[in-house]
Amino acid sequence: MEFDAMSPIWLQVVNRIKGAIATGEIGPGEKLPGGRDLAMRFSINPNTAARVYQELERAGLCETRRGMGTYVTTDRERINALRTRMAADAAGRYLRELNNLGMTRADAIRLLNTKEDTDNA
Amino acid sequence: MLESRELTKKFGSKVAVDHVSVRMEPGHVYAMLGPNGSGKTTWMKMAAGLIKPTSGEMLFDGAPVGVDSRRKVAYMSTEPYFYSWMNIRDAGKYYQDFFEDFSMERFLSLLHRMELTENDKIRTLSSGMVAKMKIALTLARDAAVYMLDEPFNGIDLLARDEIRTTILEAAVPEKLLLLSSHLVEEMEAIADQAVFIRSGKLIEVRDLEEMRETDGVSMADRYRAIFGHGEVQA
Repeated sequence: MEFDAMSPIWLQVVNRIKGAIATGEIGPGEKLPGGRDLAMRFSINPNTAARVYQELERAGLCETRRGMGTYVTTDRERINALRTRMAADAAGRYLRELNNLGMTRADAIRLLNTKEDTDNA
Repeated sequence: MLESRELTKKFGSKVAVDHVSVRMEPGHVYAMLGPNGSGKTTWMKMAAGLIKPTSGEMLFDGAPVGVDSRRKVAYMSTEPYFYSWMNIRDAGKYYQDFFEDFSMERFLSLLHRMELTENDKIRTLSSGMVAKMKIALTLARDAAVYMLDEPFNGIDLLARDEIRTTILEAAVPEKLLLLSSHLVEEMEAIADQAVFIRSGKLIEVRDLEEMRETDGVSMADRYRAIFGHGEVQA
């Protein structure tokens, strides 16, 4: 994984894992690699890796069972909420970009509908 | 674990290290940064007990660096220090004779991972292969402190990932790692602390993730800000 060295690396890894949880690439209840393994896999400092799990736990997306490791939450509502939030963020980015291009919200929606129609045709 | 207090080293009239006070703790990977001649290697050599300070102190676990600490501090220098007749395995034996904590088994496993063959003569190796061998020799010791001076020198882009992984493997909570490299970008994600040195003087020690969070700058950005225009932004 390539990082943007100007923003916190823990945050970039957190977002990457959140994305994997939201898409189901990592399923509910699935075991995550240990902190050191995570550090190796992403080629990041072990302290940064520890911060990643702290943050995912704080967000209620993971839980560490003593002596067992870290697992993705089995709470599907929470995972759905994450997916909804990430979709809303993506929509926000889309609207901002179109706004930068001088388009109104209505333009953006119209464009989205046309796009969908052409793709389906 | 490793601490210098007002540490100074002069070579004739040249001050290589100038009253540097810095403290480094286990569980961290430090990147020591500064242009050529800023005193990084001299500082490390004093920490390794290879050269003596002109004034000030270099402490390991609170006691001056000396024979005892030398057993616990593994230092990889930039200079070549092998005989041309040696093959890679001989270099390992050489280390084994010198350092009680050297593990031949660990050395061989590191070699294989880095695709080096133990029977190869050192004089036939490319600079990248020598660099890898030196890293394997140093990390095959069970030291408390690992100092790697320019670990990425001569190592091509593809092999650098491998070196990073090997370094990270050594980064356990009870050990201290100190890296010095001109290839600042290679250290961005594996280091968590940066020590900036300029003309022998300590400029600052920064926690990298904190710096990214508060200032929105990378280690390379900070390097450019400090060393780029001749003026220090303190």
